[in-house]
Amino acid sequence: MTSPLQQKLKITGPTVITANRLTDGVVVWLKADGGWSAGLADAAVVNTSDDALKLLGVANADENRAVGAYPARVEIAADGTPRPVNLRERIRVGGPTIALPGAA
Amino acid sequence: MYVYDEFDRTFLQERVDEFRDQVRRRLSGELNEEEFKPLRLMNGVYLQLHAYMLRIAIPYGTLSSDQLRALAHVARRYDRGYGHFTTRQNIQFNWIKLEELPDAMADLARAGMHGLQTSGNCIRNTTTDQWAAATPEEIEDPRLYAEIIRQWSTLHPEFTYLPRKFKIAITAAKHDRAAIRVHDIGLRLHRRDGETGFEVIVGGGLGRTPFIGKTIREFLPRHDLLSYLEAVLRTYNANGRRDNIYKARIKIQVHEIGTEEFTRRVEEEWAQIKDGALALDDAAIDAIRAHFKEPDFATLVDDPPELEAAKADPAFARWHANAVAPHRKPGHAIVTLSLKPVGGPPGDATAEQMDAVADLADQYAYGEIRVAHEQNLTLPHVAQKDLPALWRALDVQGLATPNIGLISDIIACPGLDYCSLANARSIPLAQDLTKRFADNDRIADIGRVHLNISGCINACGHHHVGHIGILGVEKQDQEFYQITLGGKANHKARLGELLGPAVPESDVVDVVERILDAYVELRTDPKETFIAAVQRLGIEPFKERAYAAR
Amino acid sequence: MPLVKNGKPVADPFVAVADDAPLPDAPALVSADRLLKEGAALFAHAYPVGVIWPNSKDVLQLEPFLARLAVVALVFPKFRDGRAYTQARLLRERLRYTGELRATGNVLRDQFLLMVRCGFDALDVAKDADAAAVEKELHTYSVFYQPTGDGRPVPLRARLAARNV
Ligand code: HEM
Ligand code: SF4
Repeated sequence: MTSPLQQKLKITGPTVITANRLTDGVVVWLKADGGWSAGLADAAVVNTSDDALKLLGVANADENRAVGAYPARVEIAADGTPRPVNLRERIRVGGPTIALPGAA
Repeated sequence: MYVYDEFDRTFLQERVDEFRDQVRRRLSGELNEEEFKPLRLMNGVYLQLHAYMLRIAIPYGTLSSDQLRALAHVARRYDRGYGHFTTRQNIQFNWIKLEELPDAMADLARAGMHGLQTSGNCIRNTTTDQWAAATPEEIEDPRLYAEIIRQWSTLHPEFTYLPRKFKIAITAAKHDRAAIRVHDIGLRLHRRDGETGFEVIVGGGLGRTPFIGKTIREFLPRHDLLSYLEAVLRTYNANGRRDNIYKARIKIQVHEIGTEEFTRRVEEEWAQIKDGALALDDAAIDAIRAHFKEPDFATLVDDPPELEAAKADPAFARWHANAVAPHRKPGHAIVTLSLKPVGGPPGDATAEQMDAVADLADQYAYGEIRVAHEQNLTLPHVAQKDLPALWRALDVQGLATPNIGLISDIIACPGLDYCSLANARSIPLAQDLTKRFADNDRIADIGRVHLNISGCINACGHHHVGHIGILGVEKQDQEFYQITLGGKANHKARLGELLGPAVPESDVVDVVERILDAYVELRTDPKETFIAAVQRLGIEPFKERAYAAR
Repeated sequence: MPLVKNGKPVADPFVAVADDAPLPDAPALVSADRLLKEGAALFAHAYPVGVIWPNSKDVLQLEPFLARLAVVALVFPKFRDGRAYTQARLLRERLRYTGELRATGNVLRDQFLLMVRCGFDALDVAKDADAAAVEKELHTYSVFYQPTGDGRPVPLRARLAARNV
């Protein structure tokens, strides 16, 4: 496998690194201190490809805590917090778009 | 029902212990993710968008009431109170934690269940007709052979790391409810000169390169089943492509080297092993048969007065005409339970529903339940006189929607709401469609239509073989859907034809409605089904109408 | 990498030899190409000779040499690439090869038992920790569903027949 650090990565705007927590699969985002949070608001946001690659390297080296890390584009809301921009990431943040059976 | 013996129980316990140790090693970091992934997949554990997903095998779609209760227990204890029945006669739980998986597996093993071979590049759970051993049409119970294949393929040391996954389906009825022509191997049980054997079909499949399987042998004597399968698998394992994951299925190998050459290689290999350790004999097959306990059927007559009287209620009469099929034993019937309520996610059942169905199976159906590839449940053996009471109980549980085989009996994959590979959502679309087609008179008038939805080209929702197929695609972060017409999964299997450009999510329901309106206008008479009309007219007239308003 | 033979760690006397190097004064493993090119001449060597056989080559080509080969080493470039399982069974069950059958490459503990069932008796284990677990791994299961050439006591037919009693 090519090391993620050698992979080409082009980002076009504010970006976060996201993955799933190893123990329970919960969606997590990489924080600036190298830890993981289950809240997108805590995510480290980067704006250049180099920074994104560096952050992805940190994430991939930590696969005993979170797996399947990848960069996800975000937009920055008026209050300065990142928000998901596409449907997939919105669903990862907010859960399925349907009422869950048995949840009544 | 096949009854597990000491051997199977020992095996399952050892499997649970092995997986517990593998999870422990992964959590401690001894195993890295790349090493662990195939191991968890081999136990049915995927990582989805929000959590791990556990897929549990329901061999040949047959469940005992206790097994269904065990599934309800797993839904409650380890998940969020529901499960999703799949087109491969399995069940999936969407919210499982890796840490708790070994315990969930141990609970399942106590009921003789597991996630073995529901994923990974191995021989998957063999599927068959959900009406096996109940329908009058069949030659022999196909589950005997599905069970023989289960035993042979379980943790097969040579075939656990194949180029790609491998799916086998069997049918013994003329009316193919197992979609055998779109499997890696399809087996059709038939008789020749008084002998029972199989037509062997290889290289079918859906996904991004759909193929209808090719017959490589018209008649394989049943005693040769395993040696022949081993020869096919060996030919595939040795020379199937491994350079490109999208070209690794056996269908590509068959396509690239040609059916004739593929057949020649299989036959050559088979000649070497045919009389070896895998040769079956009547005693071996009868021993398996002895493990399928035939229900102690009561002696009854068809059309009992209780049933006839109940038909005075039009709601019952409608359900009876839709969801009940003839049984091989007089006075009995096969009942299909719709998991497609209006506005519900297709194929989902809550823990309460599972428990209720288990109780109803005990009360009315000799404790046996089947999972149909259309993502419904079946009670294969019900006394006709009990149908009115069963119907009332099912109705309370929301399991008596009279839409079996009709437009709202939609097959849908989980799509983007759960699946990490998805382009678009499937479930909300299915829900909107069922709401649009909620009028029972209208859907009965439209008649039999199979509408299948997949959220991406992997085709878990069998869209290629839906009379109407819907495939989710993505265009600049927007959900779009391609529509195909004319697909069929039966013995005359065909792939659907693309109607035209993909349509945005907001238009799909309208487009489907216009297609069906066109059919109602164009059909020669109400007896001409939708699929027959599409075959007679081609897709043009439907295309015109579908895009007319745009 | 530690070599485990018949379940026990052993020293590996064989050295892999480059195609253009002369055979050393020691047991040697040569490439498939060299074996096919030099053929019988290799066996004039005073020490045992084995071959490293890639998983893309038909093992039936080995037939003329099997009686004299001390080792056939089959390769798992990735543990997920399972071609060598088929090669192993063909060597043992079809060609009746009885010498050392060695698994090399990405040989990990979770596949040990599958390998042994297909006829491997020597495992060139990729991780030291895994070598210590061989004994445990080989006893993960006590029952087996399908017959292979490993002669384990519960082949499918016997099991099916036993159920009749
Ligand atoms: C209740 C009354 C039913 C009737 C009258 C009926 C009728 C038919 C007919 C005539 C075909 C052949 C179509 C053709 O060759 O073009 C067919 C196909 C099929 N049916 Fe049914 N069926 C019924 C119920 C069911 C049920 C309950 C299931 C499954 C739970 C089912 C599953 C299938 C499948 C898988 C096919 C093949 C695929 C296809 O043609 O799309 N059917 N059905
Ligand atoms: S078809 Fe695609 S979206 Fe649907 S379940 Fe399969 S992989 Fe996921």
